[in-house]
Amino acid sequence: MIRRDRVVPPLVALAAFLAGWQLLVLVGGYATFILPGPLVVGERFVVAWTDGTMAPHAITTLAEIGFGFIGGAPAGMLTGYVMARSRLVNRVLSPYLVAAQAVPILALAPLIALWFGSGLFAHSVIVALIVFFPVVISTLVAVHGVDRRLLEMARSYRVTRGQRLRMVELPAALPGILGGLRIGVTLAVVGAIVAEWTGGETGLGVLINLARYSFKIPLMFAALLTIALIGVALYSVVLLVERRYAIPAA
Amino acid sequence: MSAEPGRALSEPGPSTGDTSVPAIRLDGVRFGFHIDGRQTEVIGGLDLEIAPRSIVALVGPNGCGKSTLLRVIAGLLPARAGTVEVEGRPVTGPDSRVGLVFQEPRLLPWRSAFANVAFPLEVAGRDRVARERRVTDLLGLVGLRDWSRARPAELSGGMRQRVAIARALALEPAVLLLDEPFSALDSLTRERFNVELLRLWERIGATIVLVTHSIAEAVFLADRVLVLSPRPAQLVADVAVELSRPRRPGDLDAAAVTRTAAEIRAHLEGATDDAFAVAAGDVPAHAQPDQAIP
Repeated sequence: MIRRDRVVPPLVALAAFLAGWQLLVLVGGYATFILPGPLVVGERFVVAWTDGTMAPHAITTLAEIGFGFIGGAPAGMLTGYVMARSRLVNRVLSPYLVAAQAVPILALAPLIALWFGSGLFAHSVIVALIVFFPVVISTLVAVHGVDRRLLEMARSYRVTRGQRLRMVELPAALPGILGGLRIGVTLAVVGAIVAEWTGGETGLGVLINLARYSFKIPLMFAALLTIALIGVALYSVVLLVERRYAIPAA
Repeated sequence: MSAEPGRALSEPGPSTGDTSVPAIRLDGVRFGFHIDGRQTEVIGGLDLEIAPRSIVALVGPNGCGKSTLLRVIAGLLPARAGTVEVEGRPVTGPDSRVGLVFQEPRLLPWRSAFANVAFPLEVAGRDRVARERRVTDLLGLVGLRDWSRARPAELSGGMRQRVAIARALALEPAVLLLDEPFSALDSLTRERFNVELLRLWERIGATIVLVTHSIAEAVFLADRVLVLSPRPAQLVADVAVELSRPRRPGDLDAAAVTRTAAEIRAHLEGATDDAFAVAAGDVPAHAQPDQAIP
């Protein structure tokens, strides 16, 4: 069975990882507030989700990721497209874009908090900023890479600018753009947690801080696990979209 | 005459072409590129008239500007001087009266054969029903009705080029321009495709201008073979092919074929020698002393 071949190895690896982790805790004799074992973390994870501790924080973080992505990704695509098609815009924007990217989001986050506070909006802005750059670059490269011969073919049928974008450039650049979205969606999770560390009432980043200060290390691990699962889930969604819509150029 | 909506009445279908007006008329057409800030002349003053529903082959040395000339006729490149007219009206940009088939199929890889042929119709804003009828007809015309759902990656090179031809015919152009359309195919397939092309031409009745490197192909297909000089391209010879139609590979008048081919080759050899001189960068191309400009 092909399906079993694809499922079994990752499961074996996961089991080995968990067993190693548990062994490390047992042999090392680490206290639960230093390194809790997988069983303890698993139990805390289930409890935190069933007693209503985790859900509000997870929902806040997901909302920040969602709004930030919806804001940042289309803006990035638009900017990348315009930069790809206008040498002037490219020359003007490139230095600023690179400079902005060179400044770590961690350093920028307090400034955003100063300007926009520490609510959902401010956090979404940080997510949008961190998503923006990889999407701009991947769109720029992908649109640049669209086969010029296809564009000439389209021109011979008198396509309008909008038709060219919709019928040729977008589908041709889609695999590249989706690659940028894949990077962007994992960065969005990072952005949301960093944003929450600068302040806020709820969110998985906030929960991590709360747990750390009260030495509830298993809860901290449970929050980390939730973050990791969110990242994997979002990445898989983009991957599914990619498989469904992106047909690589022959 | 089709009754498709959106088709202007002033746009005569290929089957109703007025024989008194040339299908294509070039008047003093010049074209040049800027290369490293220098103006390089590619087409150096061409006058030409091509009769409706005829087939004309362009032959000439590599890089002499044959493909460029097709693009100027198709309105993809603007002539620096002179005018291009199709059916008596000037070409000022990409034009639906002209269908261009490139050297490569240039199909959209994410679209099926059907959707690729439908592309010009979608761009022109034809409604779905009209598109489906037209595309089905066209795929039948090029013998690919059973492959309408296949993606370009699933088709052979020859099939892809047939899809490209069907696409070029979608808007019922009066003129079909073919830029070495079968050059990527093996010689046996190519021979078969040339026969198919003639059959297609008999059914659609469009004027065809094709670029080829094969003298045999030019003689087999064309009514007239135009020999071009190296850059800047000028007309070296205009050779009429006196072979009756319909033509089949088996029953051509061998003597006439040989005579015509020899004549073309003689003109071409003179032109090719010049190509070496031009490549060396010292002698400007000139017309042959025995040139036969009509």
